[in-house]
Amino acid sequence: MERFETGDQVRYANGGTALTGTYITERDGMAVVKLESGYNIGTSLEKLEFIERPARQQPAGAGVVVQNPDLPELAILSTGGTIASRVDYRTGAVMSQFSASDILRAIPELGDIARYRDRQIASILSENMQPALWRELARAVYDEIRAGVAGVIVTHGTDTMAYSAAAVRFMLKTPVPVVFVGSQRSADRPSSDNAMNALCSAAVAAGDLGEVAVVMHATTNDDRCAIHRATRVRKMHTSRRDAFQSIGMEPLGYVDYPSLSVTLSDEAVRRGAEEPELHDTLEERCALLHFYPGMPASVLDAFDGYRGLVISGTGLGHVATAWIPKIREMVEDGTMVVMTSQCLHGRVCDRVYNTGRDLLAAGVVEGEDMLPEAALVKLMWVLGNEPDPERARALMQTDLAGEIRRRSVL
Amino acid sequence: MTDYAKLGLKAGIEIHQQLDTAEKLFCRCPTCLRDIAERTGEFHRYLRATESELGEIDRAAREEMKLVRKFCYYTYDTVCLVEHDEEPPAPMNPEALEVCLTIAKMLGMTPVEQVHTMRKLVIDGSNTSGFQRTALVALAGALPGGCRVETICLEEEAAQRVEGETFSLDRLGIPLVEITTAPCMHTPEAVQEVAAHIGMILRSTGRVKRGLGTIRQDINVSIADGARVEIKGVQELDLIAEVVRREVERQTNLLAIRDELRARGARVDHTVIDVTALFADTKSSILKKAKAVLAVRLYGFAGLVGREIQPGRRLGSEMSDYAKKCGVGGIFHTDELPAYGVTAEEVARLREFVGAGENDAVVIVAAGRERAGCAAEQVMIRAEMALSGVPEETRKMLEGGSTAYMRPLPGAARMYPETDVCAVTIDGALWESIEIPELLTDRAERFVREFGLDEGLARQVAFSERLALFEKAVAAGVRPTLAARTLLATCRELARDGVEVARVSEEEMLALLSAVEAGRAAKEAIPDLITELARTAGSAGTPEERVDAAIAKMAPAVSQADVEAIVRRIVAEREAFAREKGMGAFGPLMGVVMQELRGSVDGKVVSETLRRELQRLLS
Repeated sequence: MERFETGDQVRYANGGTALTGTYITERDGMAVVKLESGYNIGTSLEKLEFIERPARQQPAGAGVVVQNPDLPELAILSTGGTIASRVDYRTGAVMSQFSASDILRAIPELGDIARYRDRQIASILSENMQPALWRELARAVYDEIRAGVAGVIVTHGTDTMAYSAAAVRFMLKTPVPVVFVGSQRSADRPSSDNAMNALCSAAVAAGDLGEVAVVMHATTNDDRCAIHRATRVRKMHTSRRDAFQSIGMEPLGYVDYPSLSVTLSDEAVRRGAEEPELHDTLEERCALLHFYPGMPASVLDAFDGYRGLVISGTGLGHVATAWIPKIREMVEDGTMVVMTSQCLHGRVCDRVYNTGRDLLAAGVVEGEDMLPEAALVKLMWVLGNEPDPERARALMQTDLAGEIRRRSVL
Repeated sequence: MTDYAKLGLKAGIEIHQQLDTAEKLFCRCPTCLRDIAERTGEFHRYLRATESELGEIDRAAREEMKLVRKFCYYTYDTVCLVEHDEEPPAPMNPEALEVCLTIAKMLGMTPVEQVHTMRKLVIDGSNTSGFQRTALVALAGALPGGCRVETICLEEEAAQRVEGETFSLDRLGIPLVEITTAPCMHTPEAVQEVAAHIGMILRSTGRVKRGLGTIRQDINVSIADGARVEIKGVQELDLIAEVVRREVERQTNLLAIRDELRARGARVDHTVIDVTALFADTKSSILKKAKAVLAVRLYGFAGLVGREIQPGRRLGSEMSDYAKKCGVGGIFHTDELPAYGVTAEEVARLREFVGAGENDAVVIVAAGRERAGCAAEQVMIRAEMALSGVPEETRKMLEGGSTAYMRPLPGAARMYPETDVCAVTIDGALWESIEIPELLTDRAERFVREFGLDEGLARQVAFSERLALFEKAVAAGVRPTLAARTLLATCRELARDGVEVARVSEEEMLALLSAVEAGRAAKEAIPDLITELARTAGSAGTPEERVDAAIAKMAPAVSQADVEAIVRRIVAEREAFAREKGMGAFGPLMGVVMQELRGSVDGKVVSETLRRELQRLLS
């Protein structure tokens, strides 16, 4: 018998009994078979006997869902985060769904909020995101805004969603909501947070907000989502639904579930406050470095030729004294070095201890209370758009997109 | 006498047994149950069924979705983010797999080469994830009497329902084995015997949980021309045969109803009629306060809706179960009316209004308009089923052994791989390393042989939860009869009298038995000592110190000289009585002496002393 193919009917002999099942795949030298009972088992190939190869079934139900023309139109841009998926119970495979019709079939209540157009930007795991894709995404969002949509939803893997949201925020001025959404539990499971997050994000995208935001579960309950400012949000837990938190500020607002009523804080930028603009140049020769005790200064050699370096330093914004000569050298060679803090909460102040003062003397820019990731993305944008080094330094300490708070409040 | 062979009875069982492992199946939490008063918080979730490739939602899952339900979960300091569905599962607990393989080996099964964990959709709220993790571990075992075990699966226990849509997370994730037999039993008694045998094998491992709720039997029953029905959650072994008998009765009666309906040319009218106005002034409070009262006409059904199909259950009860899935409290039907505040006049008006004749039945549902409409639909669905016989169903057991409808049998579209758990290979070395424990039945025989216990006591000890303690005591040099009687009879009697025996630790019980064996206390003092240990449970000291303190308080050591002095005094005080009765006074005097000594001295020593004193007085 030649190799089995997925979907083949096979007979599985074990312990004097024979069972029929469906051949799924071969993994690590073992065949995976789905028995009639629904259970998968792993077995050596010689215990399998071919019965038949059934005719391929056409995947069913690819029909178009009719949308309500009286509702506002939203654009759904997907990057690979799965907002909807479907399980093939024959093989057990989970397939991501991207088209508006597929998503509406999985989450029909979305059809009560708006009508949708869809566009796939990428289909990647978010750890494989690239600055080039951030730019492509920002352009796509801009195009949709110019085309007149009432709001944009970007579905995104959660790992690096905060980077992408901040990047789009720096590159784009928007009069309509641009909402990043993802899910922490895969969409194939009945408990997935995808449906509630999607519904809340659609409610925000059709609402009064006028900036880039991340909308995700606010608590472990299915009771409300929080609306986070793109430049102040961070994934703070590996797995919880409420992993995303606003750092150094309260969320911009909340969406109650299942009522989907949206409340915005006074601070949230309102719809129509900005005219659409796109400035999509990024200087990609920038890096983010997490300092640890004992980290050798020679590590910095790897960043020779970089135009910008964000350091995530200790406490108020420090690195080992031994680093200072190398940093001075880098600054003199034209690298902008920006200091942020591993504490995440609070403001950098390099004027308290000698090390800090020496860092300032070496030319380091205090990154105020910026999150390290937001500072990196901002540095790419500033260096890409402001050729004058002095003005660029000043911009790094100026609030451009809500990334810096002038005052630290309790 | 029912002829089950002639009826074509086929029955199989699924036994679910919790394992007594240190940690849960897919997280590192302890496997202990909690009082809901100890909960540290609660949270709320919704579940939604997901679409399969064929655009189908599993029929059992769809049924559960008839009601949009918000679930509430109680959490404890003994559960973690995995039970909360907030963290991916840990690798499969190797201890649980080992126990499962042990049971498989005892049943003569063959393991699969590689165990794959699956997700089985369950959206009744009992699993926070919306699925139960389950894995097929071994196949094809044998049972005495020629019956076969088909599969053994290792799966996680569901959360316990507190009430309504509220669940308690302590039980979620406790490892469970599911043993499924072939439908190879043909009498109700055979089902019970097989269940008892498998239960004995499970307990022989010494590594399964004991007590109510730790073992549950699901029973599959069908008769010729009937349908496969799965009855969930039979907890008492003694009820199994009765459940099977009653299910056979139910299916037989449903088939008889079907035949009669067909003979009458019965049919279901699929038009729902709004009869709300007819009951505007009714005395039935349910009908009066309902926003909508809807009627369903069942032509030719008169008398059959109210016919009993098993004790306490009618065809109408089945229709009511289906209707309840829409959130209504129940139904009314003309076979049981007038009743419940509905008058004969109202029934007559109802019949006239909907055009139902004498041979027809009318079912009414009262609720909000949407729910009532859903319920009326369900009644029609169940009525149609009555025309074709017995529906395939999952049912739940009611008190006494009758059953109620729960949901349709799950379809195939409910299992897919748990991608967060790696497959586990069972190689030859692992399988060979699994040791088969002694069966409890064999152990009981050995106790008779080696320890001279009588058969009844030996069996009691072997099947008791205190078996391990008994064996420890015997290994420590305690006489087997003393250990067995103390751990079983004495403890049971004390418990019956309200002594909290469970508060005495195993170590204390062991120290107590050793003290008696060493002669530091008399065996007659055991009840008092256990009572004292239970009363002072939790106070400071090693088990030995605690036992010594109890002895000092309840049965202080008494020397032979003290015993002789006490016996002499008591005999002297009752000299006239002793002289009158002669040696016949021995029994009554023994009681007086023992009461005074309160078990501080072995009865044998006391009786010898007393006999000697009496003989001296009488000689």
